[in-house]
Amino acid sequence: MARIDLEHIRHAYGAKPKSENDYALKEVHHEWNDGGAYALLGPSGCGKTTLLNIISGLINPSEGRILFDGKDVTHLSTQDRNIAQVFQFPVIYDTMTVYDNLAFPLRNRHVPETEVDRRVKEIIEMIGLGGWAGKKAQGLTADQKQKISLGRGLVRSDVSAILFDEPLTVIDPEMKWVLRSQIKRLHKQFGFTMVYVTHDQTEALTFADKVVVMYDGQIVQIGTPAELFERPRHTFVGYFIGSPGMNVLPAKIDGSTATIGDETIALNFRPEIKSGAKTELGIRPEFVAIGREGMPVAISKVEDIGRHKIVRARFADQLISIILDEDGEIPAEPRIAFDQKAINIYADSWRVGGEA
Amino acid sequence: MEKTWNNKAWFMVLPVLVLVAFSAVIPLMTVVNYSVQDTFGNNEFFWAGTDWYVDVLTSDRFWDALTRNLIFSAIILAIEIPLGIIIALNMPKKGLGVPVCLVLMALPLLIPWNVVGTIWQVFGRVDIGLLGHTLEMLGVNYNYVQNPIDAWVTLIVMDVWHWTSLVVLLCYAGLVSIPDAYYQAAKIDGASRWSVFRYIQLPKMKRVLLIAFLLRFMDSFMIYTEPFVVTGGGPGNSTTFLSIDLVKMAIGQFDLGPAAALSIIYFLIILLLSWIFYTVMTTSDAQS
Ligand SMILES: Nc1ncnc2c1ncn2[C@@H]1O[C@H](COP(=O)(O)OP(=O)(O)OP(=O)(O)O)[C@@H](O)[C@H]1O
Ligand SMILES: [Mg+2]
Repeated sequence: MARIDLEHIRHAYGAKPKSENDYALKEVHHEWNDGGAYALLGPSGCGKTTLLNIISGLINPSEGRILFDGKDVTHLSTQDRNIAQVFQFPVIYDTMTVYDNLAFPLRNRHVPETEVDRRVKEIIEMIGLGGWAGKKAQGLTADQKQKISLGRGLVRSDVSAILFDEPLTVIDPEMKWVLRSQIKRLHKQFGFTMVYVTHDQTEALTFADKVVVMYDGQIVQIGTPAELFERPRHTFVGYFIGSPGMNVLPAKIDGSTATIGDETIALNFRPEIKSGAKTELGIRPEFVAIGREGMPVAISKVEDIGRHKIVRARFADQLISIILDEDGEIPAEPRIAFDQKAINIYADSWRVGGEA
Repeated sequence: MEKTWNNKAWFMVLPVLVLVAFSAVIPLMTVVNYSVQDTFGNNEFFWAGTDWYVDVLTSDRFWDALTRNLIFSAIILAIEIPLGIIIALNMPKKGLGVPVCLVLMALPLLIPWNVVGTIWQVFGRVDIGLLGHTLEMLGVNYNYVQNPIDAWVTLIVMDVWHWTSLVVLLCYAGLVSIPDAYYQAAKIDGASRWSVFRYIQLPKMKRVLLIAFLLRFMDSFMIYTEPFVVTGGGPGNSTTFLSIDLVKMAIGQFDLGPAAALSIIYFLIILLLSWIFYTVMTTSDAQS
C-alpha cells in the first residue's frame, strides 16, 4: 500500500564502474503506482532481480533514491521497508514445519498467535498444501517448496508491496493458473502494490495492468499490453512481445515514405530523424496482408499452428513473418501490403514520430 | 535406486579388508591375546581368563583415570564447539580476508602434538616461559608443575589453542555452502540474528558439527602426548589419563596383561561412546 518512486537509480555490482557496461542497471527512473499490478518482463540478465532487490532494500543502489509514498527509504533496511518478496529460487527453512515456515514472517513481527493461525490456515489452503501443515519442510518436492516460498510472501496482509521474482516457474500449468488467479484475488482484496517478474509473456499480459519491459539494464517501455503490442517504443519490445515478434526491416526514410529494397511504402506521418541514424520499419505479422495486391514476396515456409498460419517469406531480401487466418489462401503470385496505421519507424532502435 | 547384487563387487573391497586386517585387526588380536594370559618371563604364558579385566575394572586407579578423561573431554567439547562456531560465524565470507584467515586457522593444526606440548611447556614455565613469567610478574600464582588446577588449565588451553581451528574450518565449510538467497529471505521475513543462526546456519552446519564433535571427542579422549610432555601425568596423579596410565603400566611396570586388558576396555569405551553420540545425533536429525 504505497507508491514507489525510483529516482535515477543506477547500480553496478563492481566497486568502481568505469563504463556504462559495468552497470547492471543503467538508469531507472520510474514510479510504481499505489496498488498497481505490474509485470516486469525481460530477457535473462537484463537486471530484473537487481531492480527488485533494490526496491526491497537487499541491495543499496550505487546511485539514485527510492521513495515510498514520498518518503526517502534509500537507506532504510529491508525490515523497515515492510516489503514482501518471493525469490526466483525457493527458499524454505528446512527444520521447520510447513506451518511454521508460513508463520515465520508473522511471528518475527510479533503478530498475535490467533491472527497468525488465521492467516497461515488461509494461505496453506490457498497454495494447496492443506494436509501438509505439520510436515517438516525438508522432504518436500521442488514445487511444494516453491509454493511455501510463495506463501511466505503472501502471508502478511499489511505489506507496502509484494515483489514476485518468477514465482511459478517450476509449478505445473494447471496449478499455475490457480495460483495466478489467487494472487490476483489477494491483490484486489488487500490492494498492495505488486511487481511480478516473469519470462512468460502471456502471464505478463493477462496478469498486469501495466507491463514493464526491461532490456540491458534499462526500462525500455511501460504500457498496457495493447500499447506494447501496437506501439513498441524499442525494437526489442517489438521482438520480445508477440509471437512471432515484430518484423523489423532496415528502411530508408525520406519525408513520409519508407524505402525497403526497391519497394517504397507510404507513411501516414513524417518521422523526424537525426541524420546518420540507423532507420528501420517495424510491422507486426498480424498487420501484413497477403493477397494479389502490393509488393511481391517469395514464400519459404508455412507453419500451421491451429488458430492461424504463420507464413515465413522473403521480402526485399529480408526475412518476414506474416500471420494468415486459418482459412486464408496464398495466391500463386503472392504479394503483401502493410497496414499503414500499424507501421512504426525506428531510429537507432527507438521509435520516432507518429501518434503514441 | 535399485541396487543389483553383484558378487564380484567383493573383490573390489578385498584390498581394503586386507589392509585393515593387517593394520588394525591383527594388532588388536595380539592385544586381546596378551589380555587373557599371564607370564613370568621367558616367553612362557599361562591362561588368565578374565582376571586382568576384573583387576582393571575393580581398581580405583582405572576409575579415577576414566573420570579425568570424561571431564577433560567434556570441558574440551564445551569450549571448542561453541568457540569454533562463533569464530566461523565471524570469519569473512569473501575478499582478501578469507585466505588470510584460513591460513591462520590452519597453522595450529599443522604443528605436531609433541611440539605443541613442548611449546606450551616452555611457554608456561615460571622461570623462563613468557606466559609463566608474565603471570608471575602480575602476581598470579601459576605453576603447572605443582598446582593440579594450573596443570589442567594449561592442558585445556593448549588443546583449545591446538584444535579449535578444526571446528572452525569444518563449520566454515558448512557456512559458505549457504546460498545468499537464504539470508535475503530471512531479511524479508524479518528474522533476528538469532533466528538466522537457529534456522539457517545451524541446520546447514549440523552435519559438519557432528563430524567435528566426534573427531574432537575421540581425539581428546585419547589424549596422551601433551600431558606426557607437559605434566608427565602430575602433579600427583592429577593429569594421569587412561592413556598415560596405560603406558605407565605397560612400559614402566611391564604389566603386559593388565595393560592389554586396559587397552581393550579403553578401546571399547571410545567405540561405545562414539556410537552413542552418533546414534543420538543422527536420530534427532531423522526425526526433524
Ligand atoms: N551478485 C552479483 N554480482 C555481480 N554481478 C551480478 C550479481 N547479480 C547479478 N549480476 C549481474 O547483473 C546483471 C543483471 O542480473 P539480474 O540477476 O538482475 O538479471 P535478471 O534479469 O534477474 O536475470 P534472470 O532472468 O536470469 O533472473 C547480470 O549481468 C548479472 O550477471
Ligand atoms: Mg533474476
